[in-house]
Amino acid sequence: MRQRSTFLISCLCFGFAFFYIPIISMIIFSFNKSRLATVWGGFSVEWYFKLFKNAQIIKAATLSLEIAVLSATFATILGTMAGMALARFSRFRGRTLFSGLVSAPLIMPEVITGVSLLLLFVFMERYFGWPAKRGFTTVTIAHTTFALSYVAVIIQSRLLSMDVSLEEAAMDLGSKPWQVLFDVTLPIIAPAMISGWLLAFTISLDDVVITNFTTGPGATTLPILIWGKVKLGVTPDINALATLIVLVVSVGVGLAGYLMYRSEKKRERDMQLAFAANK
Amino acid sequence: MAGVVPQKSAPVPQELELPGGKSGFRNWLDREAWRDVIITAPYIWLLLFFVVPFFIIVAMSLAQSVIAQPPFRFSETWPYVTFENFARLFSDYVYLRGYLTSVRNAAIATGLCLLLGYPMALGIARAKGAWRNILLLLVILPFWTSFLLRVYAWIGMMGSNSWFNRWLTSVVNVFLPAGSEFNSIPMMNSNFAVILVVVYSYLPFMILPLFANLEKLDYTLNEAAMDLGSKPMQVFRDVTLPLSMPGIVAGSLLVFIPATGELVIPSLVGNAADPMIGRVINDEFSLNRHWPMASTIAVALLMLLVVPIMIYNRMQERSAEGTK
Repeated sequence: MRQRSTFLISCLCFGFAFFYIPIISMIIFSFNKSRLATVWGGFSVEWYFKLFKNAQIIKAATLSLEIAVLSATFATILGTMAGMALARFSRFRGRTLFSGLVSAPLIMPEVITGVSLLLLFVFMERYFGWPAKRGFTTVTIAHTTFALSYVAVIIQSRLLSMDVSLEEAAMDLGSKPWQVLFDVTLPIIAPAMISGWLLAFTISLDDVVITNFTTGPGATTLPILIWGKVKLGVTPDINALATLIVLVVSVGVGLAGYLMYRSEKKRERDMQLAFAANK
Repeated sequence: MAGVVPQKSAPVPQELELPGGKSGFRNWLDREAWRDVIITAPYIWLLLFFVVPFFIIVAMSLAQSVIAQPPFRFSETWPYVTFENFARLFSDYVYLRGYLTSVRNAAIATGLCLLLGYPMALGIARAKGAWRNILLLLVILPFWTSFLLRVYAWIGMMGSNSWFNRWLTSVVNVFLPAGSEFNSIPMMNSNFAVILVVVYSYLPFMILPLFANLEKLDYTLNEAAMDLGSKPMQVFRDVTLPLSMPGIVAGSLLVFIPATGELVIPSLVGNAADPMIGRVINDEFSLNRHWPMASTIAVALLMLLVVPIMIYNRMQERSAEGTK
């Protein structure tokens, strides 16, 4: 018997109102005619037009996307390796340290990561001359470093929940370890790699603190640009920009969720069919 | 279980095929190389970009600050390092107050997240089929939208002439005696604003681990307790709550640890006269260019958080082993 609790339902209602009212309010005020971002002055879409004409914002958005794609790709490659190492190799030198290193960036306060990476880049520039100045390269390295941990955790949990007998069966049938890797393991964890990439991409696109420390003049990402503007106060063009970002993300998350739900359903069906055929 | 793959089954086919006409390189690749590459590549990356920076920041915290480029110096005589930065940490009230404000704000926010997040997670876990997925998606959605923009959304809400502030003012004024009504509620640039926005931003971090935990609970236990005569509140206290402890601890740490070091929220909505420690670090570093002091504050913050971080990591490892 599962009873409905009015208390739980009212908490859910309050919680979701808390989550969504500020966002909805922000969206509504992006259509505000008035320059004063918090006082309603009539309906208008002029802020959206101004946004698309703002070369500074377009440039920052492009830079953010470039960094996000690049760092998410590196993070997925390295994170997949790290996740595999943790899930499949129970013994190697320095495993405990490795496992700690993989999970530490997840929980480390961003200020500390940011300051320490900045100091590293300052020293590297001084003693090795590379990266020559802070900007695109240093931000990409920084984002890769903390995003790879997220990917590694996703891959590790996928591999741990995956049946190792599939890999053993391939091995018994004569496949070499690297063949097993490419023919069995990677195809199975491909969906986890895609979600890892998406997560790495979003957190790179969203990062303020670590970027703030590791970037240099001339490399202003979108969050850094917004951060600078927001410090000065609420403006309708940021509302418009925020609305567009929220829209893109909602559609993206909704679509990704739907696709994953469908592939999961399909996998379940295939499994059932396979079992039925065996009987 | 792990590690079985290359060790147990690999030797058999290899021994069979070794005499064959395969190149030495292929054999080497088959046996060891791919395994080494998989371990070494991320290992080196993390050593270079996580461990080395960590040692640099520790070294920096023991340096002297000078007005030069770069703005620090190690003394040229034994013992080369100085502990004066750490001494200043305790003598200068600014830093101690920064830590206290941070820990207090983070602790209050964690408590509020738990109070609101627990019933929400329980409600989602008890929801049926499609409802559960929809509710979960609704929790995750704000979590994926930009963090900065969520803070920004609240700046718009809290301003003294925003609709929300005016509405809240009129509600509050009903309860106040005549003559002492507010014109508007001064919410911005206060620790109240920081706590509110931290709760708002970090609530999904509380709900998701709690949900993952509550979802797995066996509801028949609750039914058994009820059959044995427990009231719903007793069932909650004696069955659900103790079983959900791991979720509570995980969620609380996931909120408390990053909230303590938070920089964006106190910089945008916080009180500049009573800053959280993240903002103090940033100001020391960027405004005062006092790199050694900023590093010292950061190292001390890490020491403060090392216990909760270790607990969290231990829990993660245990739950990873649990799925094996």
